[in-house]
Amino acid sequence: MTAGTFTPRPGAAPVSRMIAAQTALETRMLLRNGEQLLLTVVIPALLLVLFSSVDVVDTGAGRPVDFLAPGVLALAVMSTAFTGQAIATGFDRRYGVLKRLGASPLPRWALMAAKTLSVLVTEVLQIALLTAIAFGLGWSPQGGPLPVAALVLLGTAAFSGLGLLMAGTLKAEVTLAAANLVFLLLLVGGGVIVPLDKFPEGAQTVLGLLPISALSGGLRDVLQHGAGLPWGDLGVLAAWAVLGLGAAARLFRWE
Amino acid sequence: MSNDPAVEIRGLVKRYGTKTAVDGLDLTVPAAAVTAVLGPNGAGKTTTVECAEGYRRPDAGTVRVLGLDPVAQARALRPRIGVMLQSGGVHSGARAVEMLTHMAKLSAHPLPVAPLVERLGLGSCGRTPYRRLSGGQQQRLALAMAVVGRPELVFLDEPTAGLDPQARRATWELVRELRADGVAVVLTTHHMDEAEQLADEVAIVDAGRVVAHGTPEALCRGGAENTLRFTGRPALDLASLLKALPDGTEAAETSPGSYRVTGGVDPQLLATVTSWCAQNGVLPDGLSVGRHTLEDVFLELTGKELRG
Repeated sequence: MTAGTFTPRPGAAPVSRMIAAQTALETRMLLRNGEQLLLTVVIPALLLVLFSSVDVVDTGAGRPVDFLAPGVLALAVMSTAFTGQAIATGFDRRYGVLKRLGASPLPRWALMAAKTLSVLVTEVLQIALLTAIAFGLGWSPQGGPLPVAALVLLGTAAFSGLGLLMAGTLKAEVTLAAANLVFLLLLVGGGVIVPLDKFPEGAQTVLGLLPISALSGGLRDVLQHGAGLPWGDLGVLAAWAVLGLGAAARLFRWE
Repeated sequence: MSNDPAVEIRGLVKRYGTKTAVDGLDLTVPAAAVTAVLGPNGAGKTTTVECAEGYRRPDAGTVRVLGLDPVAQARALRPRIGVMLQSGGVHSGARAVEMLTHMAKLSAHPLPVAPLVERLGLGSCGRTPYRRLSGGQQQRLALAMAVVGRPELVFLDEPTAGLDPQARRATWELVRELRADGVAVVLTTHHMDEAEQLADEVAIVDAGRVVAHGTPEALCRGGAENTLRFTGRPALDLASLLKALPDGTEAAETSPGSYRVTGGVDPQLLATVTSWCAQNGVLPDGLSVGRHTLEDVFLELTGKELRG
């Protein structure tokens, strides 16, 4: 390096380039993390294969895979938008990554946009993989792509809000434990594998209002029963999105 | 390069709960020069720097960095500054070169990454995840991340803490080049030799205020014209030395083996001291006239008791 190497020439990159770079970095971090892959890919895929092939849970009339595939897709969305994002962001905060980026040219809104895009990229990969497995198991989906996209996007917004709320307010270790616990509880009680009508009636009403139940129920209405836009489920997801993102925006602490 | 100061802080106050971390601090940092902020732990160095970086909102006073308000005008300021945090700042799974390349992509005209990696000796660990880098490698990566965007002003918070002597010198060399190329540098440090080596100006901070500010030479000169220092074996019999010296001269052992003679220091007095040393079989090491070290100034100003 010669004289003049460090001569100041400051300037932010175009914001689109910053967002693209940050999205690529966030996605690589997510895909490189073994524990995250377990949650986002291995567990949904295993559940899909296992419960489609072995008759453990009574999934009602029709082939098990037609009931299970929408639930597992909902689980995949939750695993990335909620669990994965909460844990990754919690540790970003803990290790000062958010603080350091806060002094970089990248605006905060662009960082959040990049995190969201990275979640969506990951979800596309998950959905492609799980769909391929489901087809292999004889899945025959109904419905159109538009209601599915609407459900996935609103579900992502709802789970992201809740994940960021957790990551931005709790210690990283607490987030790690709590996000995994919530994942497990919602997996069992959110109509992913076990139909909600197996639960006592009083519990069904409450469980039906969970974002995972709305997402898995909505996807099932469309993909299994060929429904149009499932407004009730979309409404529940929208309410969670407003609550979660609103609370996260107010309460998130950057360090 | 303009002659406007890089940083101008007036009457800065920052409290955390009931604790006042910074208490009416004034500091001017010149452009294209190295300013060292020295102070004991908890003196308010990091808080001051973080107010200038836009991380903290002052409770009172004004902070201007490159003429901008670091909180209200953060968007305009951030591309123009480089920040090295005391620790962390990198995804634990990110590789060293990957993270540096990423930071470069956030800037419009970044430095080429490869020579910088080479320069800071990060080539051998370029593919190592951050969590497996040594402390020194993490420090050097953080330094590289601070300068890769070609900023006008860099803030280095204890840049050589935990570095081995070679890495420290490499860091010093880089700071000197930044300065030579017209970058203003603000560094906090505990190392007096670092400040003496690098700084054009030194600000000594204690209890949230600047207690001394000036060039290292000016700070060390102050009140030290009539001082003679040397080191030898501990517990020399200073009473016999004083008998040989004119009235009004004082001699003290400031720390074991370090001696200070104060009074009318002239060639005659110097001869008397050296001949007394010869009689006592002492080779006066580091014999110097009229100069405090920065460490003396620091300890005089901030006291010698340990801080919490």
